[in-house]
Amino acid sequence: MSEQRSMESTGLGHASARTYLTGFILAIVLTLIPFALVMDNWLSWTATVAAIFTLAVIQILVHLHYFLHLDTSSSQRWNVMAIVFTGIIVLILVGGSVWIMFSLRYRTQPAATHTPPAVRRLA
Amino acid sequence: MSTDVMSLRYAPSQRHTQAETVDNAAFGFWIYIMSDCVLFAALFATFAVLGRNYAGGPGGKALFDLHYTLGETLFLLASSVTYGFAMLSATAEQRRRTLGWLALTFLLGLCFIGMELHEFYGMIAAGHGPQRSGFLSAFFTLVGTHGAHVTFGLIWMAVMMAQVSVKGLSTPVRSRLLRLSMFWHFLDIVWIGVFTVVYLMGVMT
Repeated sequence: MSEQRSMESTGLGHASARTYLTGFILAIVLTLIPFALVMDNWLSWTATVAAIFTLAVIQILVHLHYFLHLDTSSSQRWNVMAIVFTGIIVLILVGGSVWIMFSLRYRTQPAATHTPPAVRRLA
Repeated sequence: MSTDVMSLRYAPSQRHTQAETVDNAAFGFWIYIMSDCVLFAALFATFAVLGRNYAGGPGGKALFDLHYTLGETLFLLASSVTYGFAMLSATAEQRRRTLGWLALTFLLGLCFIGMELHEFYGMIAAGHGPQRSGFLSAFFTLVGTHGAHVTFGLIWMAVMMAQVSVKGLSTPVRSRLLRLSMFWHFLDIVWIGVFTVVYLMGVMT
């Protein structure tokens, strides 16, 4: 009884074959679309980048929900709080590094090479 | 004799404590995973900063074959799902089935790491090792760290297969299986970031 309670509070009480298969199908679709977008060049550079990053974020949420069984129930509160905190740290770390380093590159390079990547790609 | 009395008297509360132990261990492991997440974030930031410094060497377009990466991705994704089925079998206390799913997961993980090592070997043999450029240093550090995690996950899985066959699906064994499942699914999530940032973005420029 108590064992079952324990497995439930770590999320596994809600797991079923259907949960995993739904997650699997969604994850495959969310993997194939970005690969197809990049391999077949359907969209412009900017649209492709926006699409593959959006699809990656959606797929991460699919994995968290269907494979790690993370949800907003009270038993998951501390797990969710930890991942929200980590998400903020990751954003500051990655976003901050990229911002600082690209700003530095932009400010230190000679004017001739100042063309943004989208323009350089056409050249 | 006295131990019998003790165990009778404390049996319910002991079982309760055992369940709480599983919970606490899972939460503690979740915190470890979050710290690992920050480690990977630092490596992703490094790659984002150094990823275009080719130093006259090859870029992603010349080095990566997206069909190959897609194959790796599907192996890892499939292994995540088969591990899910191993957990379902473990919860249903089906020992043989648990072992079967774990073995399948292990094989899929092995295929992933085999493909990754083959890719690394090809690149290093062609002179495109980590010392070639800032891009390749960042590439081997980020992808290699993920690969090292998968390798340790496979070692852990082999140990768990031995424990399931020797000790059976006792509460401590299932508790460990639960933590390995968290670790394994987490590595698949990191790989989503890797194939998006390193491979897809690498081929696009």
